Amino acid sequence: MKLSGADIVLECLRRIGVDTVFGYPGGVVLPLYDRLPAHPKIRHILVRHEQGGGHAADGYARASGRLGVALATSGPGATNLVTAVQNAMMDSIPTLFITGNVARNLLGRDGFQEADITGILMPAVKHNYLVMRAADLAYSFAEAAYIAQSGRPGPVHIDIPKDVFLEQAEFEWPEQISIRGYHVPGAADADSIARAAALIDAAQRPIVIAGHGVILGNASAELRAFVERSGIPVLNTLLGLGSIPRDHALSYGMLGMHGSFEANLAASNADLVIGLGNRMDDRAIGRFADFNHQASIIHIDIDPSEHNKNLRTALPITGDVKQVLAQLTQAIRQRSHVQWIRWMDEVRAQHAHTLAIPGGPVLSVQHIVRRISELNDDDTVIVTGVGQHQMWAAQHMKFTRPHQLITSGGLGTMGFEVPAAVGAQVARPNSKVWSICGDGGFQRTMQELATMVDEHLPVKMAIMNNGYLGMVRQWQELFYKDNYVAVAISQPDFVKLADAYGIKALRVTEREQVDAAIREANAHPGPVILDFQVEAEGNVWPMVPAGAALSETVGAPERPSAVPAT
Amino acid sequence: MKHTLVALVENRPGVLTRVSSLFRRRGFNIHSLAVGVTEEPGISRMTIVVDGDDAIAEQVEKQLTKLIDVVHVATITAEESVVRELALVKVRCRPAERREVLDLVEVFRAQVVDLSPVSLIIQIVAEEDRLEALLENLRPYGVLESVRTGRVALVRGERTTAVHELEAAGAQRFHTESGRLPEGQLPYVSD
Ligand SMILES: Cc1ncc(C[n+]2csc(CCOP(=O)(O)OP(=O)(O)O)c2C)c(N)n1
Ligand SMILES: [Mg+2]
Repeated sequence: MKLSGADIVLECLRRIGVDTVFGYPGGVVLPLYDRLPAHPKIRHILVRHEQGGGHAADGYARASGRLGVALATSGPGATNLVTAVQNAMMDSIPTLFITGNVARNLLGRDGFQEADITGILMPAVKHNYLVMRAADLAYSFAEAAYIAQSGRPGPVHIDIPKDVFLEQAEFEWPEQISIRGYHVPGAADADSIARAAALIDAAQRPIVIAGHGVILGNASAELRAFVERSGIPVLNTLLGLGSIPRDHALSYGMLGMHGSFEANLAASNADLVIGLGNRMDDRAIGRFADFNHQASIIHIDIDPSEHNKNLRTALPITGDVKQVLAQLTQAIRQRSHVQWIRWMDEVRAQHAHTLAIPGGPVLSVQHIVRRISELNDDDTVIVTGVGQHQMWAAQHMKFTRPHQLITSGGLGTMGFEVPAAVGAQVARPNSKVWSICGDGGFQRTMQELATMVDEHLPVKMAIMNNGYLGMVRQWQELFYKDNYVAVAISQPDFVKLADAYGIKALRVTEREQVDAAIREANAHPGPVILDFQVEAEGNVWPMVPAGAALSETVGAPERPSAVPAT
Repeated sequence: MKHTLVALVENRPGVLTRVSSLFRRRGFNIHSLAVGVTEEPGISRMTIVVDGDDAIAEQVEKQLTKLIDVVHVATITAEESVVRELALVKVRCRPAERREVLDLVEVFRAQVVDLSPVSLIIQIVAEEDRLEALLENLRPYGVLESVRTGRVALVRGERTTAVHELEAAGAQRFHTESGRLPEGQLPYVSD
């Protein structure tokens, strides 16, 4: 039986298990929208901006581990997606971006609302398709879903000219996907495992750096089994937080630019570093040339192009981290590293003040995020924006499970916090979703409040209102001699703004009000905005100054005006 | 240091963009790039000469492999392979100078493929140094224009870099035909 391209697209979405699409209509996708009512299993969520739709698809994927899908029209609709696509690319999020384009006869002729979105997105996607015939749609979608979700996941883009939606074609779903240029690594070879096991068994000061790959690869249980047998303490990259419960005895939290002293010094003094599903990013590793010269590095990643990209490694292992960890756990001795861990604990105790929550009456972001974490259960999803509040959330919230923290790591996209929370709440309707927002970031994408209202999404938004683009202000203070340029930022009255949307809001100015406000937000069945009027000029410590090595981590300088730590 | 990489790629719209954009974005330097179809349906062969140290060559190979339209990548060395480049060189050459130029052509085992009262086109198939030596020797006569194909190479002996990985008929049709504008008149659609 012949179907129109539009019906084929919607049928394909159902076949690949998609139930939700975040989209925004326009001329060239009208034939597709016209057929949506005939496919009631696909829920379309109308966002207020395509970037919001893209981040919502991203947040949906991160919260659920499933494919996130966003849809946009040609031209401006498509170009509005670009930030979201690159964001998903940098953080390896399984996403599918669908755009309409001008009809085939107008392609390349600068037709109305034509953008070469296939060309624009090519370096920002794992793969993409420009579908020129309705008969090719089924294959394109089947491959796209497979590519986006297998191996190292990532965004795939499908561009469809308007008349392809209208063209009739036989619908034939491919029974099997075979792509000769794409092979997904599985287990590691026996030789690599033997060599890794020998290094692990001989190490005196080993450390694991667990990255996003452990979460994306569903390898948390295997990570735990591996470290409990090997006795190796675990550090996390920002996106790796949650891959091991933060309260596990071997969990030592985040390393990197705002990592703890114990994490950064352990990474710098280890004699064996085991990278698991991480990409040795500069924010996590510091100045590459001076990252721990005495350590052997074992780097396990499903994407071999990450090996030796930033750091030369003694033993690169290509494979699925879940399988490789299971193999390694089999191959190693049961050990414990009492002395090494004692050393790390001493470093932690010695530098505890650098991570202490400011005491006294001041309303600090650290205190608020800690209380949000403590007053919510492990099922709660935490979304953040980008900036100081993001780093404080990473430092002070207790992440206990994979997919719990949703944050823009690689691209560092301000404005991620609101739409990603939309996606997370859609993916997990029965979980609490808390979004830790910057006052700057919130204003980037707050148009999605309307989406929350329309779709009854009870997201709790905690705006850390410091009146500044705080992280940039911190850099101007520290590295540009207090020369504040374009960082003081005004805000609308967030409570009135919420009111205009029919959203509940509370303003919090005192430390004593924090717990009650969080509880009140949790008790309210709809979305809530909490406008926390936090201290304006707090700084995130510890810090690896830009361009420095991890071993050069510093705490807050003694300043006469500094609030004494408790 | 120059490295020769061979990439077997799906002969599909966009594949050249993917490859060249990868080089641009990661700052890899292409010295030459030669592309052509192969004995295998749907597969084109790119021979890419990259300038850079071993670490760069390793990254280029891995980044290329990561592209889904790239089926196979190998680095091949001059010792293990036959390496050639073709050049066509148009030189100014009056009849009086012809003897001299023809001697050069012979020394370099090149050929004359076009002749006019004032010029010659010389074709040479050789390794890079011999080809460059010829160009150097022709320069005094006046090189009017020239074109080079870039390096191509095949490993000696029985070993091959070919794929010969057959796909199911449906997948093969999709992989060779998709993304191309269909032939014939398309309906006019606009609004
Ligand atoms: C789209 C985008 N533009 C610019 C930046 C650079 N940037 C990084 S953090 C930051 C300030 C964030 O301010 P806010 O959202 O108020 O968070 P705060 O740091 O104050 O907690 C800026 C401008 C960015 N990350 N993303
Ligand atoms: Mg701010």
